[in-house]
Amino acid sequence: MPEQLIFGMEVFLNGLMAGVLYALVALGFVLIYKASGIFNYAQGVMALFSALTLVGIMEGQVPFGHLVNAIFGTEIHGFGWHVPAFAAILLTMGVMILLAWCVQRFVFRDLVGQEPIILFMATIGLAYFLEGVGDLMWGSEIKKLDVGLPQGINAVIDETTFEWFGYGFFIDNLDIVATIIAALLVAALVVFAQYTKQGRAMRAVADDHQAALSVGISLSFVWVMVWSVAGFVALVAGIMWGTKSGVQFSLSLIALKALPVLMLGGFTSIPGAIVGGLIIGVGEKLFEFAVGPLVGGATENWFAYVLALVFLVFRPQGLFGEKIIERV
Amino acid sequence: MKMKLASLALGATVAAAPAMADLVFPSLSYRTGPFAAGGIPFADGYADYFTLLNERDGGIGGEIAQVPECETAYNTEKGVECYEATKDSGALIYQPLSTGITYQLIPKVTADNIPMHTMGYGRTSAKNGKVFSHVFNYPANYWDGASAGVNHFLEQSGGSLDGKKITLLHFNGAYGREPIPTLEALAEKHGFEFNAIPIDYPGQEQKSQWLQIRRERPDYILFWGWGVMNQVAIQEAANIRFNMENFMGIWWSGSENDVKPAGMGADGYKSVQFHNVGSDFPVFDDIQKYVVDAGKAAGAGDQVGTVLYNRGVYAAFLAAEAAKQAQEANGTSAIDSGMMRDAMESLTITAETMEAAGLPNFGPEFSVSCMNHGGDGMAAIAQWDAEAQAWTLISEFAPSDASVIDPLINADSAAYASENNISEGCS
Repeated sequence: MPEQLIFGMEVFLNGLMAGVLYALVALGFVLIYKASGIFNYAQGVMALFSALTLVGIMEGQVPFGHLVNAIFGTEIHGFGWHVPAFAAILLTMGVMILLAWCVQRFVFRDLVGQEPIILFMATIGLAYFLEGVGDLMWGSEIKKLDVGLPQGINAVIDETTFEWFGYGFFIDNLDIVATIIAALLVAALVVFAQYTKQGRAMRAVADDHQAALSVGISLSFVWVMVWSVAGFVALVAGIMWGTKSGVQFSLSLIALKALPVLMLGGFTSIPGAIVGGLIIGVGEKLFEFAVGPLVGGATENWFAYVLALVFLVFRPQGLFGEKIIERV
Repeated sequence: MKMKLASLALGATVAAAPAMADLVFPSLSYRTGPFAAGGIPFADGYADYFTLLNERDGGIGGEIAQVPECETAYNTEKGVECYEATKDSGALIYQPLSTGITYQLIPKVTADNIPMHTMGYGRTSAKNGKVFSHVFNYPANYWDGASAGVNHFLEQSGGSLDGKKITLLHFNGAYGREPIPTLEALAEKHGFEFNAIPIDYPGQEQKSQWLQIRRERPDYILFWGWGVMNQVAIQEAANIRFNMENFMGIWWSGSENDVKPAGMGADGYKSVQFHNVGSDFPVFDDIQKYVVDAGKAAGAGDQVGTVLYNRGVYAAFLAAEAAKQAQEANGTSAIDSGMMRDAMESLTITAETMEAAGLPNFGPEFSVSCMNHGGDGMAAIAQWDAEAQAWTLISEFAPSDASVIDPLINADSAAYASENNISEGCS
């Protein structure tokens, strides 16, 4: 088999894996947009905030410790305990649910019925607020996140492909875990949306706020629930990306990777987020592999957006988005 | 009530502004944004060293040093705003800590007669003081860093790089592309194959780049990254089992922040440094006693001895030494920015100067002149010990390859002079 084809296959597989990670971020956007029509600019920051909180809890860090020390001249740095990863994830989820309640109670409750642009602006404010609060609570230094996920080259794939092609493929164990988790997450979300009372309420609100209200569904409850689920998705994305790069401010920038996925897959479709992520992941990696060396490399960022733009021209609602029909 | 508020506001303004006789060293810091983790320790080190001089020595030559901070968030526009907002406070020197801000400030500081020190960043050809009268980049610049890396690989390869392959993995911007001309010239001289692989900002996803590296199998990698790009690159290198002995970052890719997230995988990773590492220097005992324990530290006091904190201390030390030499040369303690510039142009840092400041062998010995605003380009190599969680210098400070770098500096500075109608010369 030609060498370039073998390399291309390796790039393709890695593109799929990268696409899953992009889709994880995009899922959070889709959930909130689907249920409330809000494009949540703060989704990336929620991933950062949840990961910061997780590391802080695991390491027994005192929230706002720096602030307390600066004001009162104390020397408090930690509780002196270490919380196991699973318990810390549960506690972090509790914090994200509390955050969802606060967002609903103090931001969006009073904005019901406002123009989408107003709601979008509110999420921009929320993003900056969360960034600042995250910094104050847990500090801005880079933190190592280790919840026990494996990292590094997968030896089985490396050896098997070496036997087949004379060249061992590089597939990161973390990417394989992310793929499995993303698949489980999507399955759980589908089951939740289709087969639970709360899930049906969420879908009803997504279809028509007014109709859902008229049959006694609490809009506040559904929105808190959706923001909580989006918080959970943000936590999963935060764990995956934070394990790769350490938990730091830049984690909030992963939202940039989700935008072309949303443009391509549609803002209202969970399968769209997954398929969109895969197309973007594979597309940008193959383009970089084939064309990158000819144009000086670093094509991935812009290529993802160009690809999304092409889809947008021919299918504005995205691959799986609801068709926009306006009657006059 | 309005009068009361106005009085309070006026009082606050006066309290914030430095007294006219103070020596003012504005700090264009970034404690927020994507690069805060790197900006905070530098800003802390810079401020803490001046606080030490004030608390222990009563200032510099009897004058209290003021370090007004202005937040740039590593953003060029904000950096320029900070400059404009602080330059009339009697600013003696600027250290903008950003190549983007540096480029914008070069004409401004020249017009305002305020020196700018861009230590290990900024415009490399500013080393030519005949063109860049107010910009100084001692003790080393990016091209010196590239040369130091190649020299180390040369030594590692037993004196010859002929037939070897060196890859530059770099931030896809002006900063990351800066060493390419030098490395191309060095490739020609030493006979190694050179290629550059760019990474777009912010660099959280680098799979393509590392698959390419895995396919091309370079013998050595030089790395010019910043922010999250550093942590991801080191983790990816560990993932593909690249020999860390052969992977070296420039000084902005060689702090504790960059290696700790990769855990044991980062063991053996190297970086070029133009100052020493660790906290085993008398000055840190004094900082602990007079600054941290006294509750006067700029930050939480937990960064003392880290690579970037040390860099802030070193930058402040060099500024303070220039101020002292300016006071001596002019016979007055109340110096201005013009005197400061002249002192920087004749600055000499010896082993004795560093020893006296509690910083023995902290950096290279060097001297500055109009012809040479960058010193001898001395740099050393540090290596990360993941077990001990510490950086250690594994080489002495050694000069860069002037035979390759000087012609490049002359050509680039001549082009700048021509574009900006500057007549080369020394005053």
